[in-house]
Order: sequence, then C-alpha cells, then structure tokens
Amino acid sequence: MIRVRLFARCRELAGTAQLEISLAPGATVRDVKAHLIARFPDLAGLASTLAAAVNSEYADEEQVVNPGDEVAFIPPVSGGSGKWKCFVW
Amino acid sequence: MEVFRVVTEPIRPDALADIVADVTDGAVVTFCGVVRNHSGDNATAYLEYEAYPEMAEKVLADLGKEAQSRWPIGKVSVLHRTGRLEIGETAVLIAVASPHRKEAFEACSYLMDRIKEAVPIWKKEIGANGEYWVEGPEPARGTAPA
Repeated sequence: MIRVRLFARCRELAGTAQLEISLAPGATVRDVKAHLIARFPDLAGLASTLAAAVNSEYADEEQVVNPGDEVAFIPPVSGGSGKWKCFVW
Repeated sequence: MEVFRVVTEPIRPDALADIVADVTDGAVVTFCGVVRNHSGDNATAYLEYEAYPEMAEKVLADLGKEAQSRWPIGKVSVLHRTGRLEIGETAVLIAVASPHRKEAFEACSYLMDRIKEAVPIWKKEIGANGEYWVEGPEPARGTAPA
C-alpha cells in the first residue's frame, strides 16, 4: 500500500487528510496523482499547482513509488519575494 | 546544536538566541514573523497554520545548510508554529549567528524568503470576508542544489 497525505486546500477539497492506495508495480507519482483526481474530482482544478513529495523529499512526477512509501501532495505555499529565482531548482 | 522545529505552543522572541550564539560570533540576528491584523484591505481576525511537520522540519534544516553554504555564518535555527494564531503572536522565528553582522542579516532575510517558497506550511486567513488559504503563484519548490 502507498500512503497518500493531503494538506491545506487540497485536504479540504478531498475531505480527508490521508488515504491508502494500491497501484501496479512501477507506478509513478503521476499515477498516484491521477488516481487521486479520479477519486476526488474536486482536486482537478488544483492539480497543476500541486508539488509532490515521496517520503518527505520533493519528487518529480516520473518518480517511481513503492509499497510502504508516503506520497504527499503539496499545494503552493505562500511564496517568496521572487528575488532568488536565479538558482536552478 | 541547531534547532529546526514545528511547534504548537507560543514562541518567545528570544527562544533561539542562546542556541545559535557562539564565542566566535559577534552577531546574532533574529527575525520574528508576527500575525498582523490585515491582509491588503481586509481585516484579519486570526490565522490558522497547517504543516506537514516531518517534511517541514527536514526542509528547514536543509535551508539552514543552504544558507551556510552561501554565507560565512555560524549556527542557524528556526521555529515555526502551527494551529490557531491570534494577532500579534509569533508564527516563525529565525536566528542566525555570524562573526560579523552583514552576513547574519543577509542570511536571515534569505531564509525567510526560502521558507515561504519551500517549506510545506500553509496559512489560512480568517476575517470578516470569510476564510481562504494563502497560496503563492507557483508550485512549492525544493531545496536549491549545494
């Protein structure tokens, strides 16, 4: 099982802070997100703004998730000054 | 020892100064982020902060290292509070020690900007016009590579 955690607006729209899902081997963060949106269609409008983390580390959508992993979806935080954008993220 | 923690109890403004201070450092800069009574033209009644605490503490520690890689500073520590905060209460406290003041001021300012970009902590404003989550224009971003 993969544990999925939701926060802030994402948590409120889904109506839950945590769920467990089962996906085929080789599933990625993108698959977890697609599963989530299918289950909670209210999240669709937020999907493109969500960052993801696997086991408390920021992760891109191609990252493979394994049973026992914790995947979190992170709505935008309140934003910086924009003056440090020269760095490569 | 440095401290990077998400807490639910009130934060005293001097809570971190002794933790970061060292005999080699001539400056200790602390920053308190405090709940104000308005947002734009709207009156704020109170704020609710929500965190992904395990990740938030880890990202805060990463940001401390990031600042130390960019400035010749000493110890860094950060506390961030969650839950309901009233006007005037401290939401975030940053402390940076360094041999000289300029680096400590710059690193402290940098840390606050990066906290607002990268740390999974969200703020909900509750006021006369209702309640809403404060969200930046872009997805949250991770730590810059060293």
